[in-house]
Amino acid sequence: MTVLLSLAKAFLVGGLLCAVGQVLIDKTKLTPARILVLYVVAGVLLGAVGLYEPLLHWAEEGAAIPLTGFGNVLASGTRDAVDKDGLIGVLEGPLYAGAVGIMAAILCALAVSVVARPKEK
Amino acid sequence: MSVSKDEYARMMQRAAPQSPLWLDCLKAFSVGGAICCLAEGLLLTLTHCGMGYDHAKALTMITLIVLTAALTGLGVFDRIAKHAGAGTAVPITGFANAMVAPTLESKAEGFIRGAGAQMFSIAGPVIAYGCSTAAVYGLIYYCLQRWGKA
Repeated sequence: MTVLLSLAKAFLVGGLLCAVGQVLIDKTKLTPARILVLYVVAGVLLGAVGLYEPLLHWAEEGAAIPLTGFGNVLASGTRDAVDKDGLIGVLEGPLYAGAVGIMAAILCALAVSVVARPKEK
Repeated sequence: MSVSKDEYARMMQRAAPQSPLWLDCLKAFSVGGAICCLAEGLLLTLTHCGMGYDHAKALTMITLIVLTAALTGLGVFDRIAKHAGAGTAVPITGFANAMVAPTLESKAEGFIRGAGAQMFSIAGPVIAYGCSTAAVYGLIYYCLQRWGKA
């Protein structure tokens, strides 16, 4: 039962975050690239003021997988780095926190571009 | 042929009819929800098998990125994204696709100035603004920690 509840919560929150993005795309003519930037920056800000952590706790991957979750990781990682190393953590934290996602995407992009063929237009 | 701005807008409207907002939202909601649901299922499975929570979360994200990259390489991702809109763009799948697709498409222009540079055509701004915002927050946090309580 708890498993089903967790899945439902993830579905609900993740779906709602995407639906909000769809309204932004349809209503404001924001390009998807701007939506990505907007979501990550919004996630950093929400994480900074402590609003994202409760959502993350409640919905887990429903809040972590949308790009606001990536932004929140950047904020919380920077906070941890400052706690640990002081002022140098300001420069060290952001990229360190995002490293896993960014590195995975870089390696995937290179691997795919070597192996796959670009689609005919 | 000269066309006024209004006429052009109307021509565009006819050429690319907008699907209703509620339908777009429903599609984005279901696809985005399903992606997060899949991630949650994977996270629960991994932690159930005894993996630590943080590692399981990282592995879940990596799995989604690898899956997106594979589907992008096969040309399947675009077909899903066309219908799902924000449903695939907003989750981490959108970030992964935004890195893989331009890399693949520009490999004909070479691996340095083509694939290597285009890799960051969309991810670059995301990383730059996201990390810069986080750094500003870190600086404010540092100042508050140091002088805020005094």
